[in-house]
Amino acid sequence: MKTPFISAVRAIVSKDLRAEWRSRELVSAMALFALLSVLVFSFALELDKRAREEAISGVLWVSLIFASLLGFNRSLSLEHDQGSLDALLLAPVSRAAIYVGKLLGNFLFTLLVALVLLPLMTALYGVHLLDSWALLTTVVGVFGFSAIGTLLATLAVQTRSREALLPIALLPVCLPFLLTAVRATKGIVSGAPQSEWQVWLQLLAAITVIYLILCLLLYRFVLEE
Amino acid sequence: MSRRGLIEVQGLSKHFGWRPVLRGLDFLVQRGECVLLLGANGSGKSTLLRLLCGLSRASSGVIRIGGWSLPEEAQAVRAQVGLLAHRPLLYENLTARENLDFFAALYDMPPAERLRRRDDLLGQVGLAGRADGLVRGFSRGMQQRLSLARALLHQPDLLLLDEPYTGLDSAGCAMLDELLAAASKSGCTIIMSTHQLERKPAHANRALILAGGSLVYAGPATGDLAARYRQATASA
Repeated sequence: MKTPFISAVRAIVSKDLRAEWRSRELVSAMALFALLSVLVFSFALELDKRAREEAISGVLWVSLIFASLLGFNRSLSLEHDQGSLDALLLAPVSRAAIYVGKLLGNFLFTLLVALVLLPLMTALYGVHLLDSWALLTTVVGVFGFSAIGTLLATLAVQTRSREALLPIALLPVCLPFLLTAVRATKGIVSGAPQSEWQVWLQLLAAITVIYLILCLLLYRFVLEE
Repeated sequence: MSRRGLIEVQGLSKHFGWRPVLRGLDFLVQRGECVLLLGANGSGKSTLLRLLCGLSRASSGVIRIGGWSLPEEAQAVRAQVGLLAHRPLLYENLTARENLDFFAALYDMPPAERLRRRDDLLGQVGLAGRADGLVRGFSRGMQQRLSLARALLHQPDLLLLDEPYTGLDSAGCAMLDELLAAASKSGCTIIMSTHQLERKPAHANRALILAGGSLVYAGPATGDLAARYRQATASA
């Protein structure tokens, strides 16, 4: 007997959303951190319009990646510390379903934080981030680093130095997302022709797909004792 | 399958790094048996239970549950096993009812059966009145009761219990004994670890005693078991 993939994923995602709705400890910590980062940057970078357009995409993605570090670590720590990760592993559910379930939860929480940041940054920096292409870039980028973040957070929570290990492991592998997402967002914000930045968005999507496949293949090895 | 036993263990060893925790265990457990797993702290009881439910990999040896080999056929084994571990394996930010609903979904139980089993078990473990209470507000004993309900939810063929009386008051211990007797009667095989011989289910019929990671006794859970246990733990 094996629980269907979709049923298992749905159960895990709805459990994570319900638990988060009750405690609000993940999203509130992530959002607060991201908001503070954006505010600090807005005071630190008193720039002219052109310089702001150059810097804002970096501010957005660095704030999101650091906020997500908090979220990924906490999300998997909750599973690990309460022993409930063992309960998931005991169920007749494929490891890929556990991975996708946790990934979707982390993705939705980080995306929620991003959706708070975009209008706030538009207001603070006077740069138009509420563009459909900017939103698409945000969704793809957040999904990509949620994919690798979920895998590495699962690995990190099984070690004693998890708080230190996750950033050390995640930040270097996030570089391809950071570079491509920043370039795509910068092109969109500055109103450059689509042909100039579209290639970065396509590259971001391609990296996301490659990382997702790798993580799906590797996740069961990360879970084995 | 019944001729060969529900659980077959041959030459089972487990090392953590260079430190051996289990050393070449061989034993057989028949379907429907209630087996006491005895041993002092650190003798390898919890490690053995984790190996039997597929949460951990053996360093060497063979484990077969219901004819399925671990770890190769772990997926089939998982559907048959229920585990009550040291930690409650519950979600603190969900209610008792939501926890059981979640695990029922993971075991792909049909919706009608989910509701029936969930409500029956919440009543049997004495938590019907707290079904909508968040687990983070539960005492250790109440979490243990809910964990037992979680372990029994999918009607496993094999129930593994790690120090199940921990945190339970006398009424809770009696409730546990009743539930285990009922599970045994319905054909469920039970392996229960403990280091308290005075606290065991009356229907336990076999015992395994571990000392220093080795199996020093495998036989009936009657007669001079207390003396054997004292001897094994003293020499370990």
